[in-house]
Amino acid sequence: MPTKNIMIVGVGGQGSLLASRILGNAVLIKGYDVKVSEVHGMSQRGGSVVTYVKYGDKVASPVICRGEADIIMSFELLEAARWLPYLKRDGVIITNTQEINPMPVITGAAEYPSNLVEKLKATGAKVIAADALALAREAGSEKAVNVALIGLMAHALGFDAETLHEAIRISVPEKFIDLNLKAFELGNAYHDKAGA
Amino acid sequence: MKKIMLGNEAVARGLYEAGVRLVSSYPGTPSTEITEAAAKYDEIYAEWAPNEKVALETALGAAIGGGRSFCGMKHVGLNVAADPLFITAYTGVNAGMVIGVADDPGMHSSQNEQDSRHYAEAAKLPMLEPSDSGECCEFTKLAYEYSEQFDTPFILRLNTRVSHSQSIVDTGERVEIPVKPYEKDPSKHVMMPGNARPRHIVVEKRLADLAKFAENCPFNRVIKNDGAKLGIITAGPSYNYALEVFGDSASYLKLGMVYPLPAKLIRDFAAEYERVIVIEELDPVIENFCRAEGIKCDGKNLLPLCDEFSQELLAKLLCDREPECYTIDDPIPPRPPVLCPGCPHRGIFYLFNKLKLYVSGDIGCYTLGASKPLGGMDTTFCMGASVSALHGFNKIRHEENKSVAVIGDSTFMHSGITGLVNITYNKGISTVVVVDNSITGMTGHQQNPCTGFTLKGEPVKGILIENIARAAGVPEEHIRITDPNDLAETEKVLKEELAADCPSVIICRRPCALLKYVKHNPPLKVDADKCIGCKACMKIGCPCISVTNGKASIDATLCNGCGLCTQMCKKDAIG
Repeated sequence: MPTKNIMIVGVGGQGSLLASRILGNAVLIKGYDVKVSEVHGMSQRGGSVVTYVKYGDKVASPVICRGEADIIMSFELLEAARWLPYLKRDGVIITNTQEINPMPVITGAAEYPSNLVEKLKATGAKVIAADALALAREAGSEKAVNVALIGLMAHALGFDAETLHEAIRISVPEKFIDLNLKAFELGNAYHDKAGA
Repeated sequence: MKKIMLGNEAVARGLYEAGVRLVSSYPGTPSTEITEAAAKYDEIYAEWAPNEKVALETALGAAIGGGRSFCGMKHVGLNVAADPLFITAYTGVNAGMVIGVADDPGMHSSQNEQDSRHYAEAAKLPMLEPSDSGECCEFTKLAYEYSEQFDTPFILRLNTRVSHSQSIVDTGERVEIPVKPYEKDPSKHVMMPGNARPRHIVVEKRLADLAKFAENCPFNRVIKNDGAKLGIITAGPSYNYALEVFGDSASYLKLGMVYPLPAKLIRDFAAEYERVIVIEELDPVIENFCRAEGIKCDGKNLLPLCDEFSQELLAKLLCDREPECYTIDDPIPPRPPVLCPGCPHRGIFYLFNKLKLYVSGDIGCYTLGASKPLGGMDTTFCMGASVSALHGFNKIRHEENKSVAVIGDSTFMHSGITGLVNITYNKGISTVVVVDNSITGMTGHQQNPCTGFTLKGEPVKGILIENIARAAGVPEEHIRITDPNDLAETEKVLKEELAADCPSVIICRRPCALLKYVKHNPPLKVDADKCIGCKACMKIGCPCISVTNGKASIDATLCNGCGLCTQMCKKDAIG
């Protein structure tokens, strides 16, 4: 299989490390080669963060560059727009519609761009946008937003649901398995409902 | 068994499998997880030392004592540990010793870009450089055999993209190596001139032997592809980027041992190709070696000295290929890192800015206090420099009543103490503010001598910063402890100590808001009827607060009720 490139982007502290762990475990179940590259340290303090997950027969570079991502999964709308140039021509963006103001917007030095979902779609890129925070809340905890997004992404990933269920079971503490499986299903069902 | 592991975890796995007994390190991104992962193995004694010099000396003592040892640090940590580093080449090791150093090209979380390979050459120590997690485990494990074979420490050079990338590792079993006998040998271990002169001769001979060893070292691999006219000489993460761009259209000499370099292997490889490119991040170390060997090659004439590489960069600069991208027209505001909601550092930096102080800063989360709107920092150099540099600044400018040093608890223990001693000894009257959040924050919550726990989680008697200030000679009444979330009280203390004509230490004590044991208050709300939109609450740079339609509002998903904004509001609108 040629290498599949997935980017998980968001704001430091939103829980992207768990999302990459679930994907990494799903890939291991399938027996592919895999590389995951993370950001630690200063950017984690509320900055723009990105995790790269790459899998296939043989993966060389651990990073994903502009024009290379098959999927960009974003925890926050502005971050989806920031990393848009990394999307491959036929790639797909899966984004949470939550907006978190960065400090330059808070201090009034910059503006948060308006109608970003429409603008992203207008580029011709395939965009799936959902209020993943609401889906996570419905599942029982806002913290499950990462797994709700993985549910939204399930179709694009090309993994069967059972593999992803198993990866979730391996990756989260036992007492949170049911909650996370529910968040996954809600994300997956939302995707079908949206007809994307 | 195949496992997916972070490069740093894979190094720790290599330590475990090699029978390592002692690990002593100081945390620093991107090296920290090596020691955290090593501490999870019961067979390894692992500790956080107060700084890298102490860590390296501890590891050296253990190796001389007959147990395999390791110390890990980031690139700038090796500057701190440079003094013992150079001596290790002279003394040798007895049991195997490896020094792990993680460089940070691109400065994801560092104050400079630094190529640690220069240390290998300067200290005359062999250096290995893995390029993925599998190699991290393999190289680490074998490094201990080589270390004992040549009686020298080996340096393991890592890099952000190796340390912080996960890939597949084939794990093995631990080999139990008994503690080697210790034999007293002052001619080898007591480095005074009469002993060191003959040892230098040993060092040079060993280096020549290592250069021969490098020719056949299994970590130096030639990957030949039929019909390739381009030969690429590379090491570390650059190999992966090159592989992604050139695939099997080029042949590769992938160097896993980067010092000393194998002259014959490189010459023979280069002779086979029409064109040779040396691809290495940061400085042209391999390239300069090639040129000295008379090899015609490209390198830094085409590739930059600054920042990290990627396949995109190599494709652009070496193949003139640009990616196709989607773009939108709107400017995307940057999202720089900020102090977290409820961070106990926020208040003191607001006060520094309010009182228009000269702030001699240091390394840690609180360096973010330099960013707007707090803007509470004038300088940041290196670990511990806040205290010593303030002393020098004030000896020239005599601005003790409007200047402070600010330093975290862990950084103070690392190298702030000696700066404070310099102030008290040399009749300085500067004010030092220690922001004590009871943890090493920036690197992800490591214990330190002040926190009351070891790396392995055992309770110990934490060292109190006030006791150190006392012992250093700061007058008792000028050692002050405040809660930095109490703005009025902290401002009063700050003003009193700035006015004092003796050295002062102010300890702002409140644990990091991200610590699990810290209890948070419910999110605060803005009473829209009372809010007049004056934006006073915005001066503290809290990521939870924004002003829309002339009224402040607080993001309840982020706020943890620290109450700093409540104190800023003159209209009593936040509660």
